[in-house]
Amino acid sequence: MKKNSIKKETLHEVTFTLNGKKVTCKIKGATVLLDLIRDVFDLKGTKSGCNEGECGACTVLVNGAPVNSCLYLAINANGKQIETIEGLIGHDGTLHPVQDSLVQSGAVQCGFCTSGMAMAIKSMVDLYETGQHVPGDIRTELPSRDEIKKYLEGNLCRCTGYVKIIDAAEKLFAKEDCR
Amino acid sequence: MKKELKVIGQPIPKQDANIRASGKAIYGHDIVLPGMLYGAILRTEHPSAIIESIDVSEALKLPGVVCVITADDVDVNNIGYKRDHPILKKGEACCTRDELAAVAAETKAIARQALKLIKVKYKVRKGVYDAFEALEDSAPQINQFITGKFENKNIAEKFQYGHGNLEEEKKRSRHIISRRFTLPRMTHACMATSNITASYNNLDKKLLLYSSTQVPFLYQRDMAHALKINPSDIRVIQPVIGGGFGSKLDMHPFEPICALLSMKTGRPVQIIYSREEEFIASPIRQPMIIDLTAGVDKDGHFTFREINIIKDNGAYTSWGATTPFVIMQSFSSLYKVKACSFNAMAVYTNNVFAGSFRGYGNPQATFALERVIDLLADELGMDKAGIRLLNANEKGEITGQGLHYDTCGHKECLETVIEKSNYFNHKTSGKNDRYKRGIGLASMLHVGGGAKIYRSDGCGTTLKIDPYGYCTIITGSNEIGQGSETVLAMMAAEELGIELKKIKVINTDTDVKPWDVGVHASRTSFVAGNSLLGAIRLLKEKLNSKAAQLLNIKDADFEYADNKLISGKSGERIALDKVVREMHFSEPNELAIASFFYEPSSKFQDKEFKGNVSGTYAFAAQSIEVEVDTYTGNVQVLDIYVAQDVGKVLNPLLLGGQIEGGIMQGVGYALSEELLMHEGRILNPNFHNYKMLTASDTPEIHFYPVETHDKEGPYGAKGVGEAPLIPTAAAIANAVCNALGLEMLELPITPEKVLKALDDKKKRKK
Repeated sequence: MKKNSIKKETLHEVTFTLNGKKVTCKIKGATVLLDLIRDVFDLKGTKSGCNEGECGACTVLVNGAPVNSCLYLAINANGKQIETIEGLIGHDGTLHPVQDSLVQSGAVQCGFCTSGMAMAIKSMVDLYETGQHVPGDIRTELPSRDEIKKYLEGNLCRCTGYVKIIDAAEKLFAKEDCR
Repeated sequence: MKKELKVIGQPIPKQDANIRASGKAIYGHDIVLPGMLYGAILRTEHPSAIIESIDVSEALKLPGVVCVITADDVDVNNIGYKRDHPILKKGEACCTRDELAAVAAETKAIARQALKLIKVKYKVRKGVYDAFEALEDSAPQINQFITGKFENKNIAEKFQYGHGNLEEEKKRSRHIISRRFTLPRMTHACMATSNITASYNNLDKKLLLYSSTQVPFLYQRDMAHALKINPSDIRVIQPVIGGGFGSKLDMHPFEPICALLSMKTGRPVQIIYSREEEFIASPIRQPMIIDLTAGVDKDGHFTFREINIIKDNGAYTSWGATTPFVIMQSFSSLYKVKACSFNAMAVYTNNVFAGSFRGYGNPQATFALERVIDLLADELGMDKAGIRLLNANEKGEITGQGLHYDTCGHKECLETVIEKSNYFNHKTSGKNDRYKRGIGLASMLHVGGGAKIYRSDGCGTTLKIDPYGYCTIITGSNEIGQGSETVLAMMAAEELGIELKKIKVINTDTDVKPWDVGVHASRTSFVAGNSLLGAIRLLKEKLNSKAAQLLNIKDADFEYADNKLISGKSGERIALDKVVREMHFSEPNELAIASFFYEPSSKFQDKEFKGNVSGTYAFAAQSIEVEVDTYTGNVQVLDIYVAQDVGKVLNPLLLGGQIEGGIMQGVGYALSEELLMHEGRILNPNFHNYKMLTASDTPEIHFYPVETHDKEGPYGAKGVGEAPLIPTAAAIANAVCNALGLEMLELPITPEKVLKALDDKKKRKK
């Protein structure tokens, strides 16, 4: 081996559920979930906006919770449920209500933040659906506009000024069956 | 009789929003080509240094490295409209962005590692980081490629303009106000970082570029000049673009560098910036110092404006240096003013160079102008709304600079926001003494019908209808997220009487689409829209003539509805697809295709910058209410009332998106966004320290479109894209000053600056 060549690293096997399908792969210890999703599984819908956990474009759901996949070690996905934007759309091409609401509300301009936004909104909807946001009764109260804004604080958007994204989320909560 | 519009004016979502929202849109970041290499760029460690040597031998030995280039390895021309910018720097580094070498490797990781193995010997020298210092005789010449056109070696560009009798107006003035305003560096922060994939085919010597440029045809020409190849051998394909806002108007060095790596290796090469690199090496809104002196007569009429602007050009000249084109318009022609004397110069420094940014200098100009208007009103004891209404622009006005306001919603915009924001009865106190509330007004003027800054401001369209009644619009214009493809499809649906889903828009390929200047100057709906309408008129002539032949009627006057042509006289109808089939299959056989080139009626300005540079002009006013926390200095924007003369609302959903998005960029410019520099280095190249606003910061935005139905615009519409951010910082600054009873002369208005201003005010009282 020449001194400049890259050392062979130990590979680790991880098994997790990706958009409802069980997958297994061998990865380096330092591989982050974003790279695994984009480069190994070729799911390009999850975007890399900053690679340092600031912009939220790479948001995916890990066991239902939104995480910045650029900071999440892929090895930690072992045994977990991972959902990406590709998992939202129906097999027949029907948009998930979250996606549909974003489209109908005019919340998509360049669209680079949209995948992350959609995943963040979905996780919020799920929280309220299942009542996990508050102990006790399910969906007694819809989230306020300010609560929605607060929830989406980790996702940056440069095009829309957020207004229509917040509108899209608000409309979803207003619907009877928001899932 | 005016035809009732069925599609135009409807809130129709962006046509490919579903593709984008499902993660299926292919951005530059998502492209993978067979055999593709990854490029990376080595930038200087020092903003100002002699480069004594660059040793790439160790990098070349690294397995996986395919190619390393420095300036010595390439035969290229300088870039930039002044041709003062080498693609790869040789002999010296003049700013922190400077590209010294580039690598192409099998993986991103190897490319990055190879950069670390390149050894550069620097002889660090003292840089010049202040434009005034650069103008001193003792300053070194910063850019070695300038032509010596101006009196000082570090002047990159100069603009001089004047109208009226300045001295007379000064004498006539009751009050004169003079202030110096300082404007910061702001960056576009597009969500997708800069990227390009270059694929050179060394068999036929053709270069294919997947580029996010906003101006593909100018880019093709600039790239060809840089690489010394034939423009027609370059094909530019635009993948889905993750944000533009003006940042992609200039061609940047990384783009020809990527092309060179592909040409050297014969393989596709991709360069994608990291976010840190994006902050350091992508364009900025040009920082400037504006000295403004303005007068008012005893009745409140504006008398004169005298402006001197020093722009920090950075080390190389970009389109950002030409922002005075737009800046001078606001000073010469926003509100009526008898005399104006305008001087601006861009001065080389060892700082990062600018680019163009939505608004093109106008947010800077409007901030200074609208701040001074408040001060003039105070001097006169006149109310700030009244002085604006008194001087507002009017329909039919031809300004001192020669702008023709054939339609003008300036006064109506002002009146609307004054009324809707309850301007005269707004609250002055917050929930307790700690919080102060204020309200601020500002308005703006911007080109609304393109801008003739090249010899042509035109756009071409080729339109075809297929034998199944579907329509393809091949337009020269681009889509950068603003929804231009949707608005064009709506126009075609309206005119041809077919459903939107039957309309395809092709707009991404320079080998296919007709010529166009590019996306800038809020021009696309106006110029590309008019171009499309022209093509539709031509195509209808052909369709009408065939339909008349088929129906055996003389009259060729048809309405288009429900996929049919309907005779205006007899009411006889025939299906559109059938007419097209018969055009193809029966004599006289011809294609259902038409091409049209639209050139706006605007004029290229003369040497004195006089002339009607745009097809029409957009106006807007904003009234903004803020609450300032006097303990922390934090400014909270509560409500934004915006009225904008859009000519005609083509699509309220997309229009609203432009307004809200623009305003939030304006709020960031006003309050939080600044690329901080110290001795040529950027101190905050990340989202943690460069403060872009989040959803939590979104104020309530109340938007009132004003329709003035400009006869030049498609359906009466004007350009809208840049206008919403232009007056926002000015109105916020006016509101903060109103709340606290003090002056703010700089942006952004950070808590530190507010606290310091409050402290200074206290000291002055003592």
